[in-house]
Amino acid sequence: MQPIFNKKKNDMSLEKKSSLKIITRVLSAIAGIILFITLFLPIWKIELDAPQYPEGLEMYIHAGKLSGEVEIINGLNHYIGMKELHAEDFIEFTVLPYLIGFFALLGLVVALVNRKWLLYVWLIGFALFGIGTVIDFYLWLYDYGHNLDPSAPIQVPGMTYQPPLIGFKQLLNFGAYSIPAIGGWVMFGAVFLMGACFGLETNFKKKKS
Amino acid sequence: MIMKRIQLIGLSALAAFAMLTSCKPKTAGSAVSGDAAQKVYVAPGEYDEFYSFTSGGFSGQVAVYGIPSGRLLKVLPVFSQDPESGYGYSEGSKPMLNTSHGFIPWGDQHHLAVSQTNGELDGRWLFANENNTPRVARLDLTTFTTAEILEIPNSAGNHSSPFITENTEYVVAGTRFSVPFDDENGDIPIDSYSEKFSGAISFIKVNPESGRMNIDFQLKTPPVNYDLSHTGKGPSSGWFFFSSYNTEKAHTLLEVNASQRDKDFILAVNWKKAAELAKAGKGRKVKTKYAHNVYDHNSHEATSTMMDEVLVLDVVDLIDEGFAYYIPCPKSPHGTDVDPTGEYFVGSGKLASLIPVFSFSKMMKAIEEKNFEGDFDGIPVLNYDAVLHGEVQKPGLGPLHTEFDNEGNAYTSFFVSSEVVKWNVKTLEIIDRQPTYYSTGHLTVAGGDTAKPYGKYLVAWNKISKDRYLPTGPELGQSAQLFDITGEKMELLLDFPVIGEPHYAQIVPASLIVDKQKRIYDINANTHPYVSKGEDQTKVVRTGNRVDVYATLIRTHITPDNIEGIKMGDEVYFHVTNLEQDWDLPHGFAIMGNNNSELLILPGETKTLKWTPTKVGMIPFYCTDFCSALHQEMQGYIRVSPAGSNTPLRYGTGDKAPSSKKVAAAPDAPAAE
Repeated sequence: MQPIFNKKKNDMSLEKKSSLKIITRVLSAIAGIILFITLFLPIWKIELDAPQYPEGLEMYIHAGKLSGEVEIINGLNHYIGMKELHAEDFIEFTVLPYLIGFFALLGLVVALVNRKWLLYVWLIGFALFGIGTVIDFYLWLYDYGHNLDPSAPIQVPGMTYQPPLIGFKQLLNFGAYSIPAIGGWVMFGAVFLMGACFGLETNFKKKKS
Repeated sequence: MIMKRIQLIGLSALAAFAMLTSCKPKTAGSAVSGDAAQKVYVAPGEYDEFYSFTSGGFSGQVAVYGIPSGRLLKVLPVFSQDPESGYGYSEGSKPMLNTSHGFIPWGDQHHLAVSQTNGELDGRWLFANENNTPRVARLDLTTFTTAEILEIPNSAGNHSSPFITENTEYVVAGTRFSVPFDDENGDIPIDSYSEKFSGAISFIKVNPESGRMNIDFQLKTPPVNYDLSHTGKGPSSGWFFFSSYNTEKAHTLLEVNASQRDKDFILAVNWKKAAELAKAGKGRKVKTKYAHNVYDHNSHEATSTMMDEVLVLDVVDLIDEGFAYYIPCPKSPHGTDVDPTGEYFVGSGKLASLIPVFSFSKMMKAIEEKNFEGDFDGIPVLNYDAVLHGEVQKPGLGPLHTEFDNEGNAYTSFFVSSEVVKWNVKTLEIIDRQPTYYSTGHLTVAGGDTAKPYGKYLVAWNKISKDRYLPTGPELGQSAQLFDITGEKMELLLDFPVIGEPHYAQIVPASLIVDKQKRIYDINANTHPYVSKGEDQTKVVRTGNRVDVYATLIRTHITPDNIEGIKMGDEVYFHVTNLEQDWDLPHGFAIMGNNNSELLILPGETKTLKWTPTKVGMIPFYCTDFCSALHQEMQGYIRVSPAGSNTPLRYGTGDKAPSSKKVAAAPDAPAAE
């Protein structure tokens, strides 16, 4: 009995190293599903407040499109010479849905395949993807905020109109808020779960042996 | 271990969430202090302290509000027809709306000026401009009616108007759209704007007794748009300041093309000198055509006279006489406002981010020393810094208009940042700012553009209403806000919706006007050609196919109230006299099927309504204004016979009404055929 038991134990310890805890598999599958859901929700929100806009103005950024009062915002932006916002000008909207879908699917695959290396590929890949998206977003914000039409009617010397990456910024008479929309919170939820997966599977202590 | 890590991650996620949602600053609601209601409540039977004469903008009329209650007292018809009173419909009032283009039923009424004596409001007349077909109107403030309308030649877009000198010597009107003058060929390419178009500033002399206006002279200037202007006072008396924009001389897409230059100009004109030059024959007569319409309060009729020439002084040709100078002003200035002392004048550049305040004494020094930056189209441009007293820094966005109180403070309206900002004229310090709901255009302080402001109240006339009042479909009434400016901080008291679009207002102490009010028109002074001073003077007279009905109205019947013998093809004129001589007793008059409005006739007045019968049969008429207990009985009938019929012309009331039952002939005058 004992040798078999030991063998099993050895086998199991071998398996333990390369396979995932049950909870990790569950969490990674859920994270995958949640990521998939974000494809159908607005991920980020730019909200504009001004004294003469008691109703506020909102623009939503989805994985594949823009929604909200984009036309009204474009109309106001022409005073300061900002380029008009059109979804077709951004290749990101074509590519992002596929990328997010890929990582969502990969989460499910990670749960099925049950290998640590795949989990790390997934987590690190998604982290890089996230950082890349943020940098890309910042570059667009910079471009639109700085490259203004020189013949614009309203010209305040030295003024640029780059909305904040996240948070609040006063731009002339408009207060601009850049904050997650519902899809963004869902995505943070997925990231939280992915972080939990990482925490659960990574051994932070030095091995005794 | 795992649970601890999960907890750690969970807590940090929650913290991030909380931080993000709380980083949105809270917006303060519009807080009105507790005693605001008491300050604006005018109890039943009591009067408001001030009249606010408020422009109606695209309604073409002038509205009168009581301040501080904000109650609409009356809408005065000026440039638009008013079917309620028959203004612009009755024969006697139609000539008021006559122009060189013919009869025009509507106008765009922007600015107002109450007559002044020694730089103070005197409450005699109210001057109003028409922005579309250039005209200036004068209203009589004893009757609150339009007494005179003068068309302005060589002009288009009479926006910079009417602004008056301290003793109402002149009403000044500047053009908004530069155009070729009336004696020049106007059939030229639009893009020859900078070479062939000119600006016109008209100086209308006002007769100090009668108020009658006539154009004394015009200044021909290089093509720019004139926006607003004001007279100098005290030390700057004799000078006038005009804000101008579009010095880029754009003729298309002005939104972009007229907003390019960093500075436009304020034009300073020594009008006393210009008037002397005009008198000395330095101008030339320009052939043109413009209407001058005068309403006679005794005959209750208006006459329209077509004028055919005007005296023009060419500013550039006469530039060496030293009566016109440009002062640079950022940026597309809307208003030029002179403070009560007359020493400082403020330029509000609607795209500027600061407010320049100029000093008159520095300006005079710069002129003496010939401290010029160069010239623009032949007019010398003074050095900006040499004339500048100082700039108010970062006051807000989009300053438009400044008025003053009696304590050395200025109040400027900001359209883009939607606020009113209070600042000290001498020190240029900002004292207070209050939001407006929403996007204020102009503001008015009682007496705030004169040498003696009354202070106390400020009204902001706002352009956007959105959610301020119960919604009324897509079209919303514009919004006025009343502030108490007696303290250091401005206190919001009230907001109230207004008619049309107020561009400007004059807030006048009621005491200047109340005691001069007419209550009736004296029937004995009535010189109307078709007046009936008693019922015995009523008659119906036929001249060919024109019929004149001389009628009277008195409680509670119409004389004559039965008329027979009118035929198809007739043009019938009802000359109706209200015989009452008591207070607040108007009568109305309307005819069934009339392609015309009603008449509202005040005691002692005679008004004429034209009617062309449209069908054979019985046509009733009646009094439309509830005048007495038996108002419903105040009616009559007209019998319309076919064309060419020989129904005898008969008329009368009661015993005198035409009878088909009596054998004897009609008792009244024979038809004059």
